[in-house]
Amino acid sequence: MSSTTESDEALLERFQCAAFDYFLKNCNAANGLIADTSRAGAPSSIAVVGFALSCYPVAVERGWMARAQAAARTLSTLRFLWESEQSEAGNATGYKGFYYHFLDMQSGRRVWQSELSLIDSTLLLAGVLTASVYFEADTRDEREIRELAAALYRRVDWQWALGGAATVRQGWKPDFGFFHYGWEGYSEGAILYVLGLASPTHPLDPASYGAWTSTYQWENIYDCEFLYAGPLFIHQFSHAWLDFAGIQDEFMREKGSDYFQNSRRATYVQREFAQRNPHDFKAYGANCWGISANDGPGRKTLTLDHRERRFFGYAARGVPYGPDDGTIAPCAALASLPFAPQLVLPLLRLLCEQYPGMTQSSRLPGGFNPTLPGDGPQGWVSEGYFGLDQGLIVLMIENYRSGLIWQLMRRCPHIVTGLRRARFTGGWLT
Amino acid sequence: MAQMDSNARARQSEADGTELLANVHPPQWRNPQPTAPYDLVVLGAGPAGLLAARGAATLGRTVALIERDLLGGNCLNVGCVPSKALIRTSRLYARMSDAQDLGVTRPDGIRIDVATGMHRIQRLQARLSRADSAERLREHGVDVYFGAAGFAGPTRVTVAGAVLRFKKALIATGARPMTPAISGLVEAGYWTNEDVFKLAAVPQRLLVIGGGPLGCELAQAFCRLGSHVIIAQDDPMFLPGEERDAAQILSDSLARDGLEIHLNTQVVAVRRQGEQKVVDLVSDDNKVSVVVDEILAGIGREPNVDHLDLEAAHVEYELTTGIRVNDFLQTTNPRIYAAGDVCLAHKFTHMADATARIVLHNALLRGRRRLSALTVPWCTYTDPEIAHVGLYVRDAREQGIAVKTFTVLMHDVDRAVTDGDEEGFLKIHVKEGSDEILGATIVARHAGEMINELSLAITAGIGLAELGHVIHAYPTQADAIKMAADAYYRTQLKSARR
Repeated sequence: MSSTTESDEALLERFQCAAFDYFLKNCNAANGLIADTSRAGAPSSIAVVGFALSCYPVAVERGWMARAQAAARTLSTLRFLWESEQSEAGNATGYKGFYYHFLDMQSGRRVWQSELSLIDSTLLLAGVLTASVYFEADTRDEREIRELAAALYRRVDWQWALGGAATVRQGWKPDFGFFHYGWEGYSEGAILYVLGLASPTHPLDPASYGAWTSTYQWENIYDCEFLYAGPLFIHQFSHAWLDFAGIQDEFMREKGSDYFQNSRRATYVQREFAQRNPHDFKAYGANCWGISANDGPGRKTLTLDHRERRFFGYAARGVPYGPDDGTIAPCAALASLPFAPQLVLPLLRLLCEQYPGMTQSSRLPGGFNPTLPGDGPQGWVSEGYFGLDQGLIVLMIENYRSGLIWQLMRRCPHIVTGLRRARFTGGWLT
Repeated sequence: MAQMDSNARARQSEADGTELLANVHPPQWRNPQPTAPYDLVVLGAGPAGLLAARGAATLGRTVALIERDLLGGNCLNVGCVPSKALIRTSRLYARMSDAQDLGVTRPDGIRIDVATGMHRIQRLQARLSRADSAERLREHGVDVYFGAAGFAGPTRVTVAGAVLRFKKALIATGARPMTPAISGLVEAGYWTNEDVFKLAAVPQRLLVIGGGPLGCELAQAFCRLGSHVIIAQDDPMFLPGEERDAAQILSDSLARDGLEIHLNTQVVAVRRQGEQKVVDLVSDDNKVSVVVDEILAGIGREPNVDHLDLEAAHVEYELTTGIRVNDFLQTTNPRIYAAGDVCLAHKFTHMADATARIVLHNALLRGRRRLSALTVPWCTYTDPEIAHVGLYVRDAREQGIAVKTFTVLMHDVDRAVTDGDEEGFLKIHVKEGSDEILGATIVARHAGEMINELSLAITAGIGLAELGHVIHAYPTQADAIKMAADAYYRTQLKSARR
């Protein structure tokens, strides 16, 4: 069906369902691991597994998957997570309850010398907790899901993750120890602190959240005031699970705003930047924006239309300071749907109309760059698909359509405890 | 760069070198014979010492100025003056690459003539040294002594066999480059900023250790002059302490210039291999070795406090942080003051100047001026430049001050667009609910020129609203400040509408 005649609901259903299909086609059913990308030989990303666990309830509710089938997939994932090796060994699956960023799809062991990633482990745990709230039936499988989820969450040693510093470290490696830098400035880390603060076994000190938010910057950019972060995904990841509308921590109380409103403003700043288009990239405009951390054409410098252009590979692109190489992250743009549907729906329709070759599968790539010539007006297009992108699309479209994930997580006692310990008040927390 | 005949250049260089030396350390200089106690004895003739000595003489006080090496200190001889001259050459060459964008065809055959560039540096140093030459200082009433100074008691200093008694003294001996504690580095040989301004040619491959201001400035300059530069910085970003976005833009800029960047990386060992140096770098659990021709260490400077016999004068100090001073810049001997790099965390020429003024007032005019009252701007002279004044947001928040930042992108400033200088931003931090300017950061090609308006505003207590009433010449890049003030004004209009 043409997107011009298709209803918003039908259009979203089409893209959401196609995004979910990623998890069916890129999964090892034996251990529940999901590939980082659809590219051949890709390892599993534990964050993508977290998204998958959160997407199964959506699929059940949307009728794309039977509940028993979803529970079975969830259970095989949780069993693997619980039974896999947690140790200091270089080829273990995790340590201290956290997991290595990338795991072998078959063996589930660490690959690529990747780091024990605290944020990616957090996204995994968010999925684990989503499953534990959704699968509440008194059946053997669903009871086991809840028991394993509780055990996995209790096992995580958040205090260790501070590495002796005031804020959580970004990662750890067995032969090296903690990375000597933590999180500075607003980032996708809010959910990390919420889960860490709520731990019944090894909770973070609430002061660590204050230490992190003390690095925030409230900026007036293009006459829009918001808590600044350049890449769009930062304004989305924690929001996939946490409903920040109407609740405020100390920082947002001071500013008279909330994080939902903030993501809305960040979306408007993205559009404004694209309209100003200071670097004269092709296609940028009111309905074509989305600058985020995503795949790119690769590191190279070319002269195009008498102008030198530098391109990057996978990079954290940002607005308005850059880096910006003309690469648009359509998945990130679509994931802003709950915050600014009046901006995102026209964008999605424009993508369908202007770039049918790229959107006919109803699945959006990790990036495209109309400034760099390719096959068609979309220019360069990222090969295959990224699990993070597809998972974020499923959850954010669902949050826009029904609020399912937000409602589930509101019922999760750990989420409520974590938010309260971070001194969130108001709204649905009252 | 125009070529100069090599013989003529050598002759001119020799003449400039002779003049420079005659100004900053005349070979035939004879120290005065001290008699009565001096009103002020100044140790160190860098920017702080020179200002204080001249000021004391202007006040009609007896003053002695002691210099161990060269008048002018780091700034003139191995610091700001030569580095900015070198940066000017490298910038010009780099901007030629942009000529095509501006409608200018770059002529063939442009190449760097490093020797001529270095000669220019010496010529500029000779010229700038005239203002504070030994002879002119003597004419101004300053007794200039050359030699190593040391305290012989709470009111006495010795220099070159003479004993100088004083009523007040100022220690302004500056700082020197720190030596990185890296296995094999000293044996393999390395440069600091004290060595790099007399080169006949740039090295083919250069490793710069340190991503602070000095390391970044020189790394970019040498890269633009033709070296393959590798820069290793142990932090995850350049210029630790600066705004994260500023450091990111700098990182992008250095990468665009072609630097090989190793962030979050430690230099752990160096060994010589013939004419080459092999350097081991470690980042997390990754270890790589790079081969270079020369190594430049730019990890910071440490205060010159040794060999001064400070204990004899009851002056307390630390080898790393320098001389301990109170807010009036008095040392633990109340007759003795300190100024500049030897006692400050902010080791800038303008801070040497500012603190010398405080000392002059407090030591000789019974003043009560305070170090903590200073508003301190600074600038890193990379391209783009990164300038800052006042508080950072994190500083303000630690003090419990709520902050709002007004940001203007240089790509929205008309003159920056017409000049092709669109990279960067201006951020002005104001106290939430007011227009009080707490601090500002500018990333722009001429950020160092722009920051002074904001430094003035903070010093004079001029708010952002009032800056908006100041007509700024259009089109200028400093119009960015007016645009930030206009953004503030619009927030007021919105509030009024509610």
